[in-house]
Formats: sequence, structure tokens, C-alpha cells
Amino acid sequence: MNQKTKTLRPVVQNKKVKLTSSDKVFNYLVNTFMVLTFLIIFIPVWSTITLSFRPNDYIGTNLEGMFLPFWRWSTDAYKALLGNNGFISAFLNSIKILIGGVASSLFLTIPLAYCLSIKTLPGRKFLNYTIVIPYVFNVGIIPVYLLIVAVGLVNKLPSVYLPGAISTYNCIIMRQFFEGIPGELKESAKIDGCSEIQILFKIILPLSKAIVMTIGLYYAVTFWNDFFNAMLYLNDSYLQPLPILLRNILMASGMNEYVEVNAFGNAPISAIKAASVFLSAIPMLMAYPFIQKYFTKGTLLGSVKG
Amino acid sequence: MKENLAIQNNKSSRLWKEIVRHKSVYLLLAIPFTYYIIFKYIPIWNAQIAFKEYWAVQGVNKSPWIGLTNFKTFISSYYFWPLIRNTIMYSVGKLIISLPLSIILSIAIYECTRPGLRKTVQTLAYLPHFLSWVIMYGILLALLSPGDGIVNDVIKYFGGKPIDFLSNTKAFPWVVLFSDAWKEMGWSAIIFIAALMGIDVSLFEAATVEGANSWQRIKYITLPAIRPVIVTVLLLKLGTILNAGFNQIFMLYSPQVYSVADIIDTWVYRQGLLEFEFGLATAVGLFKGVIGMALIMISNKLVSKMSEGSSLF
Repeated sequence: MNQKTKTLRPVVQNKKVKLTSSDKVFNYLVNTFMVLTFLIIFIPVWSTITLSFRPNDYIGTNLEGMFLPFWRWSTDAYKALLGNNGFISAFLNSIKILIGGVASSLFLTIPLAYCLSIKTLPGRKFLNYTIVIPYVFNVGIIPVYLLIVAVGLVNKLPSVYLPGAISTYNCIIMRQFFEGIPGELKESAKIDGCSEIQILFKIILPLSKAIVMTIGLYYAVTFWNDFFNAMLYLNDSYLQPLPILLRNILMASGMNEYVEVNAFGNAPISAIKAASVFLSAIPMLMAYPFIQKYFTKGTLLGSVKG
Repeated sequence: MKENLAIQNNKSSRLWKEIVRHKSVYLLLAIPFTYYIIFKYIPIWNAQIAFKEYWAVQGVNKSPWIGLTNFKTFISSYYFWPLIRNTIMYSVGKLIISLPLSIILSIAIYECTRPGLRKTVQTLAYLPHFLSWVIMYGILLALLSPGDGIVNDVIKYFGGKPIDFLSNTKAFPWVVLFSDAWKEMGWSAIIFIAALMGIDVSLFEAATVEGANSWQRIKYITLPAIRPVIVTVLLLKLGTILNAGFNQIFMLYSPQVYSVADIIDTWVYRQGLLEFEFGLATAVGLFKGVIGMALIMISNKLVSKMSEGSSLF
């Protein structure tokens, strides 16, 4: 019988060829490597998840805790976090930063990428240099810090997303995509009397849903994960986004170091820490199926062309 | 003469016509370019304080010039070489560990005979790339904490002494290197998988006819197919060799391990924003920026020489 295998590699169907012993060893090694990779990635994630559901009366090591049966899991840590005003406000701040950031990034990046993709534009080369120079020549964080202080963005949520609102790399990927759209489409629209702005909205954007989604998700991940700008510019505790709160929770050795005593009920401290890790990751995990679909496309667009 | 002038006139009037024809494009560009001037070029202007003694009261423009003093202070200081060494050690070390792993992973995903296993690993392996280093720090705490981390549970089970990985100068670099590999291995494999998917089926047909076994197939078809991608990845890495991963080290390090953990970026942060040595910190940032720029230009030149169109600009 011919062994049916489903690999990504095209399999040549040939009944006369049998798997030699070295092929079997090879397949065995490949599958073992895959299982090991699975375990290496899964175990840390699983240990964090199980830790977050650890009941207060649990005695034993965390290693054993990974095999604790479901019916003994406790949601105390989640109840404590979701019932805490600080956590909710941090979550809402993160959402505001996410929406504001993605909106302003796309608002700035799409027109820029589109204009730079117009090959007949006089001064296009100069304009391209203008965006690439700051990208290649990175002067570090202090000059940016001085700017943000000078324009009075300290303690305002836009300070988190405005410094990175246009990522030159994303802009270049988008420009490459727009350049690939056939010029005839634009020409015919021009003959019909469309302005460049109308062409962008009526012709280019409907054709570019995938790239806009990809770049939008790139920005979304960056803004959701950012803690550095928030740490530098948002000093008021009620403005803190989730990553900052999470960092404070993780770095605190005792819970009452940063919040009033008993703010988080009676769940174990390690469970609270793990639960806040998991809750911070949830929006990312929920978006992940979409991310995976678009991101792989987007990365390939950026890296290998054609 | 006259004809020349006429042609030139003609040219400039044609250029002017083109500009007028594109006036709505320039209108569209106005906001993004204002953004670039404010958020990207003013910082470059601000970088002049590297050559100044910065006084907050006098601001960037009015602070007194002091020439190269800040740069001299940095280069002659005792932390100069450790910073350079740590930065390059982390960045090269990450490459040495992650690159072979991601190549092997891409081949394993390509060759895996169990679709269920393949899809699970693929999905799971890309995931950590999207987690922030704050979240990664939380996961590492659950794994490595000396009191109740599961790695130390295993060490204790075998009768060893628990190790405080994050504050032990010997263990810390390995935590940095392997946590980075854990996070980015799957993501960096994508580009290799893409290259593998582009292999021509007829090569495999020919190999089957010739009676090649799996190992020969890997050696003569698979690896040669991804070799150009490996070279491209290496060259692009050359351009960013001074970026050793600020977010990661900033989240993981603590004063006990500064000697092995401090990279240029973390030092600039502490010196500038905690010690308020703006001039010195900017000088170091600028030092890194200039070398980084040279490296990026070199690597980009090499990449575009090697393969048409895969360079960034």
C-alpha cells in the first residue's frame, strides 16, 4: 500500500518507491522535533494559565499544580482583578490608546504611502529620502523625550502613540503594495474626472483591504504592547495603561506595595500575577486568528517580493 | 544658445505643469509631512545637545556648546567597553541561537507528516511574537522564580539548589538569549517557510526518480532553496546589530545583573532619564545612531546587490 502523507512539501506519488529505513528515521526525527517544539512553547503558557486559577488553599509545587484537575480551579484571582477599579481603568486606557493610535496611524500612513507610490509625482525621490533618513538615522530616546515635553504632551494619552504614529517600515510596505496596483485603473478614473483624493478612496482603498488590515494590526499590536512611552510620559496613575499596571503588579513583591491593602481580595499573589498576565494577553489572543491570517501575508509582502 | 534656453524653459514649464497637476497629492501629503517634521526631524535637531552642556532652563538652542566633551567622556569611561561588548554579545548570541532553530523549525514544519501536529505547532509558534515583554516577564516569573517557578521545582526534585535566574550574573545572559529564541523562533521561521513553499515540484519528482532519500533531499534541494534567504537575513541583521533588544532587557534586568545586562540603550535610558545627564546620554545615542546608520547602509547595499528588489529602500 502506498503510504499517504500530507506534508507542505509536494509528495511525489510513486507506488514502487517504499520508504527506506533512513526515510523512516528522518520522519521520526521531524515529528519528534515538532512534538518537542510544541511542548517547549506550550509548557510555559500552560504553567502561567494554571497558576492563575490556583485556589488559595492549594498546597504543593507549581509543577504539580500544572496537573491540578479542572474542578479544583478557582477564579478568585480573576474576580479580584475584574472587580478592581485600577485594573478596569488601566484596561480602558489601553483601549483608548489602541483606538486612538490605530486611527491616527492609518490616517497618517495611508495618504503618505499612496502619494509616495505615484511615480509621476515631481519630487518623489526627495520625499522618499525625507521619510527614510530619520528611519535610518536613529538619534535615540532623549531628543524625542525633549520634544514630547516641549510640545506639552506629557500626561496626555496621545504621548503614547504619536511618537510612533508613522512607522516608516509599515509605510514602505504599504507603498510597495500600492505601487503594485495597475496604473490603468487610476488613469481611467482620472479621465472620468476623479481627483487624487477620490482615486485613493474609491479605487485604491477598496483594493487594499488586506494591506490596510495587516498594517492596522501591526500598529494595534505595537500600541497595545507599548509600555515604554507610557512609562516616560504618563505619570498620573489614573492614565496608566495595562502594561504599566501589569509591570507594577509583577514587580511588587507584596500586593499592597502599589494598591491599598486587600484591594485584590484573598487570592494568592502568584495567582493574581498570572491572572493579570493572562488578562493582558486576552485581546491579543482573541485577535490572533485574524492576525495570523493577515500577518503572514504582510510579512511576506515586506520580505520576499514576487 | 537660444534653442537651449527654449528647451530649458519648456522643461521647467512642463515640470511646473506636472506640479500643478499633482496639487491635490501635495495637499494629501501636507499632514503626514508636518508630522515628519515635528516628530522625526525636530528630534534630529534636538540631538545637537550631544555637543552641548544641556541646561533645562536654557533649552536645546541656548545651552552652551562644549564640543566633543560628552563623546570623550563616554569613550574614555570604564563602562564603554562593557556596554559595547554586552550589546554585541546579545545581538550576535540571539542570532546564533535563533537562526539555526528557526531554520530547523521551518524544515520540520515543511516536512511534518501529521497535518494536525503541523497546524498546532505553526499556530502556537507564531503566537509569542505578539506578546509584549511585560507579559513575557510574567511568564518567565512563573517559570524561573526561585521560590515557586517550575524550572526550580524540577531542579529541586533532582536534588539541586534553586537558582535565581534573573539576578544571577551567570544565568541572566542565557535567560535573555533563550527567552528571545522562545518568543521569536516561530516568527522568524515564516520567511524560510515561504522560501520552501516556492520550491519547484519537479525537483522532488526528479529526486524520487533518482532514488534520493530524505537526507539527500534536504541537502540538495531544501537547503539550497533557502540559502539566499539565510544570507539576506544575516545581512539585514548586520544593519541592526547595535539593537540588542531594549524592551526585553529593560523588563528582565535588575541592579544585581547590570554588569552583564546593560546594553547601550538601557544605559542611555538610565543616564538620561533617571540621572538627567541629557547631554551625555544623547551623545551615546548619537554615537550608536551614526554607527547604526553606516551598518544599515552597508547591509542594504549588499542585499540589493545580491538580489534585485529585496532591499528596503
